[in-house]
Amino acid sequence: MATYGIGRVVERTLEGRARGGEHSLRPLLFLGALWFCLFFALLFLVVLVATTLLDGAARLDLRLFTEFPASAPERAGARPAILGSLWVILATAIMAIPLGIAAAVHLEEFSNQKNWFNRFIEVNIQNLAAIPSIVYGMLTLSALALLGIANKNMVWVGALALAMLILPVIIIATREALRAVPLEIRQGSLALGATPLQTTLRNTLPAAIPGIATGTILALSRALGEAAPLLLLGGLVYLTFDPNGFASGYTTMPIQIFNWTGRPQDGFHELAAATSILLLVLLVAMNAVAIVIRNKFQKRW
Amino acid sequence: MTTTAFRGQLEGRPRPAEAAVRLLFRVAAAATVVITIGIVLALVIPSIGFFAEVPIVEFLFGTRWAPRFADASFGVLPLVTATLWTTLIALLFAVPLGLGAAVLLSEYAHWRVRKVLKPVLEVLAGIPTVVYGYFAVQFIQATVLKDWLQLQTGSFSVLAAGFVMGVMIIPTIASISEDALSAVPNALRQGSAALGANRMQTTLRVIFPAAISGIVAAVILGVSRAVGETMIVALAAGQQARLVAGPLEAGQTMTAFIAQAALGDSVVGSLEYDTLFAVGLLLFIITLAVNFVSISIVRRVRKAY
Repeated sequence: MATYGIGRVVERTLEGRARGGEHSLRPLLFLGALWFCLFFALLFLVVLVATTLLDGAARLDLRLFTEFPASAPERAGARPAILGSLWVILATAIMAIPLGIAAAVHLEEFSNQKNWFNRFIEVNIQNLAAIPSIVYGMLTLSALALLGIANKNMVWVGALALAMLILPVIIIATREALRAVPLEIRQGSLALGATPLQTTLRNTLPAAIPGIATGTILALSRALGEAAPLLLLGGLVYLTFDPNGFASGYTTMPIQIFNWTGRPQDGFHELAAATSILLLVLLVAMNAVAIVIRNKFQKRW
Repeated sequence: MTTTAFRGQLEGRPRPAEAAVRLLFRVAAAATVVITIGIVLALVIPSIGFFAEVPIVEFLFGTRWAPRFADASFGVLPLVTATLWTTLIALLFAVPLGLGAAVLLSEYAHWRVRKVLKPVLEVLAGIPTVVYGYFAVQFIQATVLKDWLQLQTGSFSVLAAGFVMGVMIIPTIASISEDALSAVPNALRQGSAALGANRMQTTLRVIFPAAISGIVAAVILGVSRAVGETMIVALAAGQQARLVAGPLEAGQTMTAFIAQAALGDSVVGSLEYDTLFAVGLLLFIITLAVNFVSISIVRRVRKAY
């Protein structure tokens, strides 16, 4: 029986690698294409941020915060839009967070998962999350018509649409946070004689707070950047006063950007870019807070 | 001690306050169903008024959309063609780029690289759509397409809007398909490698087919986001309702029409007001149908490992 020397075996293995292995031409081209996909997306991100910065840097000054919209770009600012965004987000948070957490607690802690109605609620929440944002504006518009409210331009009206828009996101995030709390925590509490509600309020929910906070902040940052439903709710107005309450008139930063982008003068485009930068900075700050909460306070069980 | 008495002891006293709070939780969960019912009613009721005046065949197959003109015409096809163009262009960019990024992150990248690159990619999903819209009309359309590439196009085009929208949905497609690819068990990769396949062959012939249900779901979710996106198309695709025949033309999508029409003060119950909801209903039905297709495809081809 002829035997191959060890050198011959190594040689044949190397040949195989050269023909069909990781370092022949086609796999390398494939890998290159994959890297291109990722870098294209990242390059796009860099170009988007860079052009917005270049366009808007000239107008990123105090006037943006102190001036009201005006017909001349050099005298215009985004003061009512900035304040309006803050009021709208505050009202959205007040409406969406308690409702979302309560719904998630019911679904995760108290509901019978085999009940058809609870299963229906679950499928329904997934469907709600996929509905275009502008449809929530139409829903709110119809509700106002039904109630006979003619003045749409109120902070709470815009917030209502945004709250319904982010409700599914908050519910899904809260449920995941609750699910991550181990069963032993609940069992320990119940064994000490706490009622199911006491267990939920004093043990399960506090343990899930970091996860809930992270998901909620991300949901609110989505609401902060959203403009489409507010366009339907009278958000595009020419405000000459500071929004100062939940029933006050409002406009928001995304709507102001939309309005200025659509004007022909370059001065307004600079303002739109400057407001975009401000909005992006706010969003990055919110996301940073969410990441810090997740990394610092999230318990690993 | 009888068993019934024992059971009574375990159940404890009736606690009306506790029952009330739990009822509140239940009501909150049911509120999500109220929202869905509200959406359906809000869209259907004004649409009934609309279709009482405009025949449904004229609405669906008419080729001229001019609801505010003296000789009004309510053919929705121009809006549908613009939506189709922007959606198709978005998918043309988002599907290959998103899947490529997903394969790289799931099959090739070291876990440290993945930990850095994945969040950076998801930043794209967090940028407000109105900022994308500004970028599409000011940079992609005005600078790249017109100045650099010297293309014959006006101030708006479905290409600029669709391209930017495509990049916007890359993270959606990448993240869901990466989950699907990562869920394929390692035994399949090892089996393929043991048969002499390299990583490209393993990925394309074994992992991809095994993860196809998740990938299809990712693409379809991308479709429904592209169809429903409003601000990018309102800014960059144009505001004139016309049949769109090519990527460099401008056109008004369904969502852009809703946004534009809502800016005017139309009287509740007028035909102008109802028109808004008829288009909204069509948009809602399309996204709902797309979602159901996605769910049923996932059910049919899902492999359980």
